[in-house]
Amino acid sequence: MIELHNVVKEYTNGKEVARVLKNVSFTISKGEFVAITGPSGSGKSTLMHILGALDIPTSGTYTLDGKDITSLSQEELARIRKSKIGFVFQAFHLLPRATVLRNVTLPLIYAGINREAREARAKQALLAAGLPEDHHLHLTNQLSGGQMQRVAIARALVNDPAIVLADEPTGNLDSKTGDLVLGTFQKLHDEGRTVILITHEPYVAEHAKRVLIIRDGELVEDRRNAHPRRQPESI
Amino acid sequence: MNISDLFEEIWLGVSSNKTRSGLTMLGIVIGIASVIAMLAVGEGSKAQIEANIQSIGSNLLMVQPGAQRGAGMTVSSGRGSSQTLTREDATALITLDGVSTASPEINSRQQIVAKGTNTNTSIVGTTPSYVETRNLTVDTGSFFTDAQVTSRAKVAVIGPTTQTDLFGEGVDSIGQKVRIKNMEFTIIGVTKAKGGSGFTNQDDMVFIPISTMSTYFTGNNFVGTITVKAIDQASMATAQTAITNTLLGRHKIADSTLADFSVLNQSDIASAASSATQTFTILLASIAGISLLVGGIGIMNMMLTTVTERTREIGLRQAIGAEKEEIVSQFLGEAILLTVLGGLIGIGLGFTISWGLNIFMGTSTKVAWSSVGLAFGVSAIIGLIFGYYPAKRAANLNPIQALKYE
Repeated sequence: MIELHNVVKEYTNGKEVARVLKNVSFTISKGEFVAITGPSGSGKSTLMHILGALDIPTSGTYTLDGKDITSLSQEELARIRKSKIGFVFQAFHLLPRATVLRNVTLPLIYAGINREAREARAKQALLAAGLPEDHHLHLTNQLSGGQMQRVAIARALVNDPAIVLADEPTGNLDSKTGDLVLGTFQKLHDEGRTVILITHEPYVAEHAKRVLIIRDGELVEDRRNAHPRRQPESI
Repeated sequence: MNISDLFEEIWLGVSSNKTRSGLTMLGIVIGIASVIAMLAVGEGSKAQIEANIQSIGSNLLMVQPGAQRGAGMTVSSGRGSSQTLTREDATALITLDGVSTASPEINSRQQIVAKGTNTNTSIVGTTPSYVETRNLTVDTGSFFTDAQVTSRAKVAVIGPTTQTDLFGEGVDSIGQKVRIKNMEFTIIGVTKAKGGSGFTNQDDMVFIPISTMSTYFTGNNFVGTITVKAIDQASMATAQTAITNTLLGRHKIADSTLADFSVLNQSDIASAASSATQTFTILLASIAGISLLVGGIGIMNMMLTTVTERTREIGLRQAIGAEKEEIVSQFLGEAILLTVLGGLIGIGLGFTISWGLNIFMGTSTKVAWSSVGLAFGVSAIIGLIFGYYPAKRAANLNPIQALKYE
């Protein structure tokens, strides 16, 4: 499903070459719930960018869903993101002054899906993310942080992606709301989704079934979490 | 992305900040409206000049005295300044090929006095053939006759405007006496209103026998102009050549470049007049064009601000799969929507302004459809040109940096 083999990422700044990722290799299968964690500056953000097809590795290979996407152009990467990846960001990144429903349908607009189909799918995704129907026509700037993140999760789900990639999804939320959002991810995993959480908080990482720890650009630990912390999925 | 969805995205982008979009559009609105109004003023004055020239009568040739030139002298007093044409010249022209009639004219502005009132108007000394040459119609009374010309009768035919000025509205002035240069004239006819305004208002004129004018006013036999009416449009050229040759012969001039007269046809007069208005129109339109350019720069400025402000949104769109082309289309579309909308409002405003100028200022205006099309095209192109750079900038943002932008 996801296969990284000796992935290296280097950034050149003038004459200095910074090696942010050093020979990272791992495999994530379909339906796994994985947390990628590490201190800030460890390279986990860079890893997320590569996993999310926002960037390409300097060397090594990355295979997503059977397709080698190591050296695609920006345009080809955009198409991969459109069809295979759902992002959830720390800062939500919702369109203000637009309805919840519209925010969720946005990926389907770029995918060229017609209006009825995309609204039906958006409603389904919103319910799956735990936002009841009476909120669907609210403007996003009227929502609470937890509700906003649910909208963002629904938007990540709506194009039925191969992976849901969440970058510090609880970073902007209070701990109670954060727990509820983590519960939502657990529920998605229970339903068979592949979920990858990127977080620097060990507490958040404990909710996943598998934890990858990155330090100084290297994968230092790959551990199964036999008893993940459970959160109730409710609003 | 579907076209209809693209339009919706564009509309939502523009309408989400109505004040700013409106103000940006205002630049284009003012630019387009001024271009249209200014071109309408130019077009209107051109049309008016054409109408004036038409109202003089068609198929007309004007013979004017040439510049006064002494032997070997290089100082010219200007066209029409000399006295070289006579009534006999006019008579000689009537029988030429292609000529229908010819009338000598002496023009003079004089004070004309009636009982208790007076006015200043144009006095034309001429012959009865003037009626035919200038398509004049006598409303009441009659025009003077050849016999009256021979006898230097002190009779006058006046225009309806002159009649109103001297005697008041609807008063029959036939038989009334008026004084011009302390000489008493009897009014024997009033011409029919012909309309027309500007420099040749034929309704405000007084016609008297040319012999009377020569004897009592100018004291010589020379005439100011000879107006020749050609048989039809096609015989204008023949007539013009015949007139030139005849007058050269009569004035004993061998070299036609030394002619002491000139023969002008209507298109000469029209082109002289329209080249003046052309210059004036170009001047007005270029000033308006500059305001349009400033409006375009306003669009670019606003689009750049928008792109910067919406960097995170652009990053998100890229993250969820928007391709470069789709980002370019959206932002370029927003710029074009603003200019096209501004252009449409500007066209409406331009029509209103030119209508207002016409109604309240008395300026004759005419909105040419070509200028409307031009203005609309220009506004769309401005959107395209000034929107392209900001849109390209948006599409070239790095999604990772755009998402992190604060």
